Amino acid sequence: MNFADSLEEAAFRKRLRDWLQVNTPKLPPSSTSDDYWEAQADWHQSLYDAGFFGLSWPKEIGGHEMPTVYEVIVDDELAAAGAPPRPSLGYLVQGILHHGSEDIRARLLPGIVNGRDRWCQGFSEPEAGSDLASLRTCAVRDGDEWVITGHKVWTSYSDQADWCLVLARTDPDVPKHKGISAFRVSMNQPGVEQRPLQMINGITREFGEVLFDGARAHADDMIGEPGEGWRLAMTVVSHEREPGELGYVARYRKLVNQLARQVAQDPPSYGSEQHRDLAWAIVEAEMLRMHVCRRLSDRLDGITHGPEGSVDKLLMTQVEQAVGHAAVSIGGALADDDTWLRVYLYSRAQSVMGGTSQIQRNLIASRILGLPAT
Amino acid sequence: MDVRLSAEQRALRDAVAQLVDRLGPSSVADLDDTERRAKLDAAVAAAGWRELRAPDDAGQPWSSAVEPALVAEELGRGLADTSYIGPVLAADLSRRSGASFQAATGTAGAVVDLTGSFAPVEGEAEALSALPPDDRARYLALGLALTSADLVGVMRGAIQLAVDYAGVRQQYGAYIGSFQAVQHLLADAQVAMEGSRSIALHAAWAVDELPADEALTAAAMSKAYCARAARPVCEASIQVHGGIGNTWECIAHVFLRRALVATEWFGGVGTNLDRVLVGCGIGAGA
Repeated sequence: MNFADSLEEAAFRKRLRDWLQVNTPKLPPSSTSDDYWEAQADWHQSLYDAGFFGLSWPKEIGGHEMPTVYEVIVDDELAAAGAPPRPSLGYLVQGILHHGSEDIRARLLPGIVNGRDRWCQGFSEPEAGSDLASLRTCAVRDGDEWVITGHKVWTSYSDQADWCLVLARTDPDVPKHKGISAFRVSMNQPGVEQRPLQMINGITREFGEVLFDGARAHADDMIGEPGEGWRLAMTVVSHEREPGELGYVARYRKLVNQLARQVAQDPPSYGSEQHRDLAWAIVEAEMLRMHVCRRLSDRLDGITHGPEGSVDKLLMTQVEQAVGHAAVSIGGALADDDTWLRVYLYSRAQSVMGGTSQIQRNLIASRILGLPAT
Repeated sequence: MDVRLSAEQRALRDAVAQLVDRLGPSSVADLDDTERRAKLDAAVAAAGWRELRAPDDAGQPWSSAVEPALVAEELGRGLADTSYIGPVLAADLSRRSGASFQAATGTAGAVVDLTGSFAPVEGEAEALSALPPDDRARYLALGLALTSADLVGVMRGAIQLAVDYAGVRQQYGAYIGSFQAVQHLLADAQVAMEGSRSIALHAAWAVDELPADEALTAAAMSKAYCARAARPVCEASIQVHGGIGNTWECIAHVFLRRALVATEWFGGVGTNLDRVLVGCGIGAGA
């Protein structure tokens, strides 16, 4: 049981730290400014090109096949350098890795990992939120192609995406979970309309809705078998619940460091409640780091995730929202510079995205605690 | 970095779990069974777990702080009514100071904690003031890590008790554990426990492995987190039991009582958040 670096890990940490000294882009806090999303692709590609992205993924898709615990080091050092977090693509990669054919994996994954191809995720619909399996978007076979019609919403980064991972109903005659298939659909074609949605903190580039009206996907671009879409979606969302997969520890610790520095400059100008909010943000962010160490160490045994991802999602949400509360407390709701207010407002989405906190509690009750079904 | 428990650590944890399941109290009435209690106490003594921080031939502690933390967690889970953390701390203080210290025979918070498991070290304050600052910080860190571990164990026990009850108690013709309102209460308890477990594990490791000031900050973070988590978790266990949970004979309040004392010992939320801020270079309220 050891939280410290091995010799190899320490060498990796030093190499990354040295690289970050000259390669840290000055970007606003993620998710608070449209400038951030503008520059995020360059950051992804430079991180990848330097060999610091996709550490635990297979080599043939551009990964490094390193132990999962190295991701903790990346998050530590990104936070310490004030660098942007690593791109949160693990869930997309894992979904395609687990369910895609060899051909699909070879064609699709390298471009996702190296950051040249940008993807968005077309899962939720206006009438299919928590009850995702009731989605109505449909795909109808037409020769070598599928014709896709439907309405997707809460589609992150849809304005910059080249491709969309679309869940669509291919068989309306079977139970709802079994008639869904997954496709790669080009965002740059007639029949695809992307509309930005402005979030409560004012940003317009992260959130969108996408309308498919006769858009086409090649038959070879179905990911998994017909009817495998639901299982693929569950793989994706279960990884989307894991802070170790998302790299969010770096995001939280960077924000906490900034808040702590701000308070440390003139502690008496902040009241006891602000000190306490800061202290909780520090403690929560550290808790999550230790929790990720624990989970990623378990992976060394080959333990893949199960329902405990729901615990992790709720812990991650508590951290994000504690950091948000400290941000608005220390930044002040009345400040002219509303950066901290934006951090706070953005934090409200964490208890909804990737499965609401209420859904996670249902999953914990039934699948971890073994409480009886209704 | 690899924070999985070693095979020896897992074996230790399992041995403690087996012992406490066999000899710990399983009802409030059991707390009055002096024969059982004496057997538990003798078994813990015979296992040598109280001497884990005593010096070996080279003057180093027999084990890292992780091992006694694992023991404390399992003893907390099973509401073991025997003194443990006090004797471990006494051994640690004796090793650091070169003098001989003992845990008190009376226990702290004896009115509150029906398991009588917290015996402070006699003469601790005076001995601490004579120690070099680093030793003092590491000793405090050990106290915080062990009380954190006890709280994690108490939470695990309180949750299991409530989950078991929610699976047998029926109202409206259904098990109460099938109702979402009850499920979410217990799910939140489980999340609070798991976060506590992760931060407490790190605190135990940090006692010996990080620079002394960082070890103390890590321990303070852990204790603040576990202390905040433990009370609502134990309260939820009582709530799930309904009326019966408010009777003396339901063991749920024994978890809550133990949590209150483990929280107070070496300070709860406020004291430790202040330590965290000091550790981060921001004097509390400065």
